[in-house]
Amino acid sequence: MNENEIKAFIKVLTDYFLNVTGKPAVMGVPYVKVSTTEIYDYTAIIGISGMRKGGIYFTANRQLIEGIGAHILGDEMFDDDAVYDLVGEMTNVIAGNLRESFGSTFLISVPIVMKGRIEDIQLKLKPPVFIIPIEWDGHRSHLAIGLE
Amino acid sequence: MKLLIVDDSNIMRKAIEKYLHDFGLECIGTAGDGEIALEMFREHLPDVVTLDITMPKMDGLSCLDEMMKIKHDTKVIIISALKDPATGILAIKKGASGFLPKPFTAEELCAEMLSCLSESDGM
Repeated sequence: MNENEIKAFIKVLTDYFLNVTGKPAVMGVPYVKVSTTEIYDYTAIIGISGMRKGGIYFTANRQLIEGIGAHILGDEMFDDDAVYDLVGEMTNVIAGNLRESFGSTFLISVPIVMKGRIEDIQLKLKPPVFIIPIEWDGHRSHLAIGLE
Repeated sequence: MKLLIVDDSNIMRKAIEKYLHDFGLECIGTAGDGEIALEMFREHLPDVVTLDITMPKMDGLSCLDEMMKIKHDTKVIIISALKDPATGILAIKKGASGFLPKPFTAEELCAEMLSCLSESDGM
């Protein structure tokens, strides 16, 4: 991963939150994942294949996901299934939008969503794993990227 | 006109149905993967389809190929996170009438649908 590639990820994230909600998200300074890097309530992982190999995951708390859902569907109640669905869809959109920068050989899988503070979420991610911290509407989340 | 909505996200299916409500289309159903979408397509022969690409079992572009063989005049709008121009061009070559990248607003979806329906009216 080089600086321009990290910038492409930040642009996709910035555009996503602004376009969906009209409220900008604040991106923190990217860093390399360490063992103490926090995992939030819900995490969606997407495998990457093609010219690049590895994966990404997006992790967020329930309040953030419900907040995004409210902007998409209005004031609807979100049960657990809906939160799983939406965090997977958010991660899918972020990964898919990256093809604008990485090209059509950046192949993405369907998302796998997990709940809970998973101890070790390396899975398909190729180290070093970069973390982009995100704060939106007072809620913290992050995107993790591990690509060859 | 009969509408079929295909997306593996339940929230996106609900959003698309809600955003298109004012068009007065008859939503004959929604599908969460390409295989179910094709079954519903064969049964109902819809006039308009919104079709996601990245889905389990059968992806949207393969599904589009099959739909065009069954009823080539159906207007298919691809709604996908795959934002690269090559994917959009490929979808149009395969017979899609429109391409809308995710994320999208209600206004953007309505504009795409209006454009698609206007073409089918010969306007």
